[in-house]
Amino acid sequence: MPAIFPRWTNNIPLAVAVLGPFALAGLVGFVWYYFSPKYTDVGYRPIQPVPFSHKLHAGDMGMDCRYCHNTVERAAVAAVPPAATCMNCHSLVKTDSPRLKLVRDSAETGETIPWVRVHQLPDFAFFDHRPHLAAGVGCSSCHGRIDQMTIVEMAQPLSMGWCLECHRNPEPNLRPVDQITNMAWDPATDGKAYDAAKDPKRKRDVNPPEHCSGCHR
Amino acid sequence: MAQYQDELDPITGRKELVDGDNVTFHDVTEAVARPIEVPSSRWWIAFIPSVMLLGVYLISIAYLLYMGTGIWGLNNPVAWGWAIVNFVFWVGIGHAGTLISAILFLFRQKWRTSINRAAEAMTIFAVICALQFPTFHTGRPWFIYWPLPLPNQMEMWPNFRSPLLWDVFAVSTYFTVSLLFWYVGLIPDLATMRDRAKTPIRRFAYGLFALGWRGSTRHWLNYEKAYMILAGLSTPLVLSVHTIVSFDFAVSQLPGWHTTIFPPYFVAGAIFSGFAMVLTLLLPLRAWFKLEHIIGIKHLENMAKIILLTGTMVGYAYGMEFFIAWYSGNPYESYAFQNRLFGDYWWAYWIMVSCNVITPQFFWIRRIRRSVVWLFILSIFVNIGMWFERFVITVTSLHHDFLPSSWDYYSPTVWDVSTLVGSFGLFFTLFCLFVRYLPTVAIGEVKSVMSIANPHYHGDGGSHGEHH
Repeated sequence: MPAIFPRWTNNIPLAVAVLGPFALAGLVGFVWYYFSPKYTDVGYRPIQPVPFSHKLHAGDMGMDCRYCHNTVERAAVAAVPPAATCMNCHSLVKTDSPRLKLVRDSAETGETIPWVRVHQLPDFAFFDHRPHLAAGVGCSSCHGRIDQMTIVEMAQPLSMGWCLECHRNPEPNLRPVDQITNMAWDPATDGKAYDAAKDPKRKRDVNPPEHCSGCHR
Repeated sequence: MAQYQDELDPITGRKELVDGDNVTFHDVTEAVARPIEVPSSRWWIAFIPSVMLLGVYLISIAYLLYMGTGIWGLNNPVAWGWAIVNFVFWVGIGHAGTLISAILFLFRQKWRTSINRAAEAMTIFAVICALQFPTFHTGRPWFIYWPLPLPNQMEMWPNFRSPLLWDVFAVSTYFTVSLLFWYVGLIPDLATMRDRAKTPIRRFAYGLFALGWRGSTRHWLNYEKAYMILAGLSTPLVLSVHTIVSFDFAVSQLPGWHTTIFPPYFVAGAIFSGFAMVLTLLLPLRAWFKLEHIIGIKHLENMAKIILLTGTMVGYAYGMEFFIAWYSGNPYESYAFQNRLFGDYWWAYWIMVSCNVITPQFFWIRRIRRSVVWLFILSIFVNIGMWFERFVITVTSLHHDFLPSSWDYYSPTVWDVSTLVGSFGLFFTLFCLFVRYLPTVAIGEVKSVMSIANPHYHGDGGSHGEHH
């Protein structure tokens, strides 16, 4: 009887046995790395309708974050300011700039500026800025050096694992509550020198939830 | 009782396992391989309804994926409805195949050779059906890989203290080992099919899976070793899988679930239901494929005896649950069992008891053990009874849980029914495809237990019993 399969097919089982586990491990590793928000989300930098520079406003001019995002200490969401906030200055400064046309139109008509949201959590994750600020987690811990960004981009993955890392061990990311908007605060040096447990201004211990319903309510 | 006398092997004095005078090795090959090579039109009579039921299943699942688990009758105390009932039912069915293939092999029960192939196939298909239910019961089957310990950005890790996770590993190990065992046993017969094949496609398909088997002594040596190792691996699985399935219930604290008798009781029940399903499948198979001389009455009788044994054990467990409910003095436990007997689901309990406790007792009577009609009817009753057992355990315990304010009555919807009925379509479709394309009897193994395989056999010319 003639052979049905050529001789080299004898090597297939061996090849599968040897390469199979590597292929499987490779697949898991591929998904783990390339499907993770660390790869897909960090560096997300959409072009905004108005070329607003955080570097200029928050960095060079040193405006406080809360001048525009004024609800951050009192509400779950840090508000995106209405055009009226911009016009506080821009009714006097750069009044003719074509780049600010959308802001002026918005202030006149009440039409919102179609900003593109950069930091977006999924609906099933409950997030509130208030307890984070009250605990002394600085803006830059999650949003990065906004004061150095001409166009805002995502500095951190905002993934569940990333959240949990801090919820399990918040100490390294805590700072005095009067320093939360300080972009220059360096966790490596300033953070090392600061011990939240011994801060007399703190009213209570930081005890972030690690159970499922802490964030998935 | 001469009418029930089986023919005896002239050398060993034990019952002959293949009936008929002067049956040669080639006759066995022919008997098994012919129905595959020249299919009978009767096969379509089984296959077409099976595929139609499979269609019912696929529609039910498609609608489930579209709408969510709200289409089922689940409510707040009864969060485990028919999906879990069906899961336990199907996993239990599988156990007969593993018992036949592994434990009976290690105990040198040679009669297993004529039924083990079909029973193992049944096991695999039953586990496939079983796995459907917890997968879809999660509500988000696309996340079904979450119980696996894989690295992920959520830093989520399976909870190894949960019996539900043990179940994931128990059932998936069981499926893998059963599949390997079945496949290893198939290799020599696939080679037989390859060598008999007339068309290039058949030669390629059977040849591919026969892995170059030539039947050399070295091949057989490796084969037997592999088979022995797999039998050793499968043997603990017969006991462990349904033990762990019972932990899903027993490790919780719900009255009616939290009992130490559950593991042995579940294993006995699983083997009980599995053998009933083997009978349900093999009785038509041996008639339609003309395999009555290979799957003989004595094989059926042996299975009936196992059903009698395990059925009686299940009956004992039912009684013992009530004894403990009374003897423990625990009012919640006794209430749970009173509620089973006389509560909202009294009818389910009495269907279960009638089918599972009374039915097997008929097998004390030899005439019934050896009657294919009786065997078929009683096997159906056992299948029904064992489904109701899982229903009683799951639903009657849940619907009256600790908090009377949350008590509720659970009833299935049309989609619960169609999913269960459809899962039989999946099961029978797979089994029909199996009997259509693969040898339903382990040809090589049956040959090895025939009288003529014994080196001391010299041919007897029909004078059984006189040769010494």
